[in-house]
Amino acid sequence: MRIINEIKKSFLVALWFMFLTFPIMVIKVNPLEKLIVWRWHNLAMVGIASFFISFLLRCAGRWRKSAARRPPALTMKGLSNNPRAYYSALAVIALFSLVFPFIFSAYETSIMTTALMYVILGLGLNIVVGLAGLLDLGYVAFYAVGAYSYALLNYHFGLGFWVSLPIGAMLAAAFGILLGFPVLRLRGDYLAIVTLGFGEIIRLILENWNDFSFGPSGIANIPRPSLFGINLSLAASTIYVYFIALLLVIFTIFVVNRLQDSRIGRAWIALREDEIACQAMGIDKTRIKLAAFAMGATWAGMVGVLFAAKTTFINPASFTFMESAIILSIVVLGGMGSIIGVVIAALLFVLLPEYLRAFADYRMLLFGAVMVLMMIVRPQGIIGKVRRTYVRGQVTGDKRQKNGIITNLL
Amino acid sequence: MTAILKVTGLSMNFGGLRALDDVDLRVEPREIVALIGPNGAGKTTFFNCLTGIYPPVSGTIFMRASSGKQSRLNGLPPNKITAKGMARTFQNIRLFPEMTVLENVMIGCHCRTSAGILGAVFRPRAVRAEEQRIVDSSYKILTRLGLTDVVNDLARNLPYGAQRRLEIARALATEPALLLLDEPAAGMNPRETAELNQLIGKIRDIYEVAILLIEHDMKLVMSLSDRIYVMEYGRRIAVGTPVEVKKNPAVIKAYLGE
Amino acid sequence: MNYFLDLFFSGLTRGSIYALIALGYTMVYGIIGLINFAHGEIYMIGAFTALIIASLLTVLGMNGMAILVISGLAAMVYAAAYGYTIEKIAYKPLRNSPRLAPLISAIGMSIFLQNYVMLAQTSDFLPFPDLIPNFAFMEPYSDFIGSSDLVILLTTAVAMLLLTIMIKYTRMGRAMRATAQDMQMAMLVGIDVNRVISFTFIIGSVLAAIGGLLIASHVGQINFYIGFIAGIKAFTAAVLGGIGSIPGAVLGGFILGLTESFATGYVSSDYEDVFAFGLLVLILIFRPSGILGRSENQKV
Ligand SMILES: Nc1ncnc2c1ncn2[C@@H]1O[C@H](COP(=O)(O)OP(=O)(O)OP(=O)(O)O)[C@@H](O)[C@H]1O
Ligand SMILES: [Mg+2]
Repeated sequence: MRIINEIKKSFLVALWFMFLTFPIMVIKVNPLEKLIVWRWHNLAMVGIASFFISFLLRCAGRWRKSAARRPPALTMKGLSNNPRAYYSALAVIALFSLVFPFIFSAYETSIMTTALMYVILGLGLNIVVGLAGLLDLGYVAFYAVGAYSYALLNYHFGLGFWVSLPIGAMLAAAFGILLGFPVLRLRGDYLAIVTLGFGEIIRLILENWNDFSFGPSGIANIPRPSLFGINLSLAASTIYVYFIALLLVIFTIFVVNRLQDSRIGRAWIALREDEIACQAMGIDKTRIKLAAFAMGATWAGMVGVLFAAKTTFINPASFTFMESAIILSIVVLGGMGSIIGVVIAALLFVLLPEYLRAFADYRMLLFGAVMVLMMIVRPQGIIGKVRRTYVRGQVTGDKRQKNGIITNLL
Repeated sequence: MTAILKVTGLSMNFGGLRALDDVDLRVEPREIVALIGPNGAGKTTFFNCLTGIYPPVSGTIFMRASSGKQSRLNGLPPNKITAKGMARTFQNIRLFPEMTVLENVMIGCHCRTSAGILGAVFRPRAVRAEEQRIVDSSYKILTRLGLTDVVNDLARNLPYGAQRRLEIARALATEPALLLLDEPAAGMNPRETAELNQLIGKIRDIYEVAILLIEHDMKLVMSLSDRIYVMEYGRRIAVGTPVEVKKNPAVIKAYLGE
Repeated sequence: MNYFLDLFFSGLTRGSIYALIALGYTMVYGIIGLINFAHGEIYMIGAFTALIIASLLTVLGMNGMAILVISGLAAMVYAAAYGYTIEKIAYKPLRNSPRLAPLISAIGMSIFLQNYVMLAQTSDFLPFPDLIPNFAFMEPYSDFIGSSDLVILLTTAVAMLLLTIMIKYTRMGRAMRATAQDMQMAMLVGIDVNRVISFTFIIGSVLAAIGGLLIASHVGQINFYIGFIAGIKAFTAAVLGGIGSIPGAVLGGFILGLTESFATGYVSSDYEDVFAFGLLVLILIFRPSGILGRSENQKV
């Protein structure tokens, strides 16, 4: 009886969605030639899909209600409590990433490099959004700052990649602070909009200020990174850039991991949890927010430099709001504050559309859906963060300690 | 002068509402002072003005640090005020729900420690030692407040009474000279309230703090306080020892009506 | 002088559109405290629906006025349906979540809808039929104001008037005001808060669809991305006037429209969007409560 009821309801939902999507999914117009194409199969597709999705969700909701409590978050605790499994897994991953560029083609190496770059971007934004709880929708601006720093420094002064890398990172951090200052007093949702506005302003300036940025045509012939002054062949350079990205990923994970369980990291989380209580605990809101913006921006700046060096060509079109949205959805899917989650999400989001070609067109559609779904179903992300536990007289984390450094890493 | 906190002529408006009207108050070192009054009298607003969350429209707030130096608190941001030695709890609990109990208390140590971003990344010996100190002192506070069993639980999973105690623990971690408690017994059962009564006295003795306490539970107030201030409609209507206040006709009127 | 008037009227026209969209932001914000990021997409979907239906009717051989009315109605009905559904799917389940959650959900919804329309239709600009007739009596003034400007201004004025009357004098309007003040309390006195919220989304969406139809017809082309920029600008207008305030949204819309029109006319048209974003950033920094908004004091 209940089932029949659910089927009835799902049927109504399906009807509603068929009505809703009718003009846009079914009718395709060509106003110029006054042509109308009817795509009735889409209507059937929507109907069937929404019926099943609605039905499944209903059953899931039932099941969840009857299970009284939410299932515990999937965490890495099990794995980390088993050091042998953990270290073997780590070794396999390390070995795989080391040999990757030698067993896969240059094309695939290049894609993996992109994925690694998104890992860093995700981890960087994770500091701002996941830890400090500041919804930054203009993150791509710092990425642009890094990329243009290298391109312009190289164009005007002939600076190389390795010199530009720290400069780009620092410039981005400076921009982070610059952007941070005015938005300090703003509430969460206003902050989101203002950062979005800033991101767009920077892109529009890059697009229109021809004398400075060469406008929409961008900057070409940016040199690839050189190895001790030697210019590498294209193939060798691809591999080289891959290893640079890998190194940066490791560096980022190391730093973010140490940050999040430090005095500053705790202050960020406190800020996210309750701004007023955070201040009442003696935390300087201004400084901690600026630190978060600057730290987040630093990684974006570094990846920006790497991006310019990898593609050898940049223009403002690479730095639209959609890029910020992709990075944000990586953070959301990965779980705010979870390093391993963000790494997995970034790899998933970049590699999946690349290898499932059919997927590629639906990429952004999926990202949007993922953001909505994650918020509703699993706000903590695919992998929830386990809070670190401490033992009296034991901070630095002895490896034998049950909940020491290992849990901490994940 | 010896008072640790001296407030004169404090006033606060919300739109047309005069939430505080020319309130004077002082707290001597190691004293427990209660602030009572009917709902909406402006007690919490008074705390908010003291701790820099609302800017008062007029009045002065002076606090004496343990060094003996007087400083004016008006206009300082909340964190600076905490750093000067005033800590508080909130009437509607404001813990950091997704952090563990211990971490909540560790946050309280923030203003007494100094490690920055570089320190966090490189973890030199000094930073490790500082972290160790934070953990140890937080443990110690939690032990004293009877929260040892739950140190690694998330704050949001604690029962109500324990959450209230955790708020006090967190405030103590800031090493205050003056502790402001906003209705610490609210929502507690009689047994918990009795325990809290003892606990507050103990805290005063161990940490040598002065305590300013808002509370509706008269038994608690009468047994703990050295002095009591009574407020109504934003004004101070009486002050004195518990015995004096109990007999004060204005107070009786405020609580019982005409 | 004619140039000035031209800029002035095109500023007012723009402003009307911003105002129509801004009302949706402001009403939703007033009631559930959420920036409905997907609101710009509703406007875009309204415009697309109008375009599709109008093209269909043209092929079927209908004439001008009937096309305008039918496609306009279709746009409103569909915008309302989308607004209603979005609220049910993306916001309602998150009503008690931390503040960031519905905001992220809203951004996701916005991205989803953009790509949905792009994939189902096209990513190119589509020409939009000129649905608004040219009035002969406007001919002498055509240097600075066209028929469509007039229609847009009048429609906006009528829509505002109806909205104000609705909110001031109807039962539903009263319920909306009560819910905006205190949702808990409204619930306690027996107001069906869910219905009020749905209704608010529907009204906001209908206004956005009117805006979409008018501006598409005025500008003559649309694509899937128009909602994003228009949405941010309308949001700017809402904040400028004081978010949560209905007259504020209208005022903000006009101020923004005029600013943009004059800035692009007299300064530079390259930076058209920068003016709007810059204005947004400045207001939020210096006067987050806007011109007519009340500054809010978080209760502690
Ligand atoms: N942020 C605010 N905005 C507007 N009015 C406020 C605000 N905070 C407090 N008030 C008003 O100020 C008055 C005093 O409130 P307050 O919270 O200080 O009372 P209280 O004495 O703490 O009461 P209770 O015993 O119920 O906690 C009340 O009328 C309250 O409505
Ligand atoms: Mg109170």
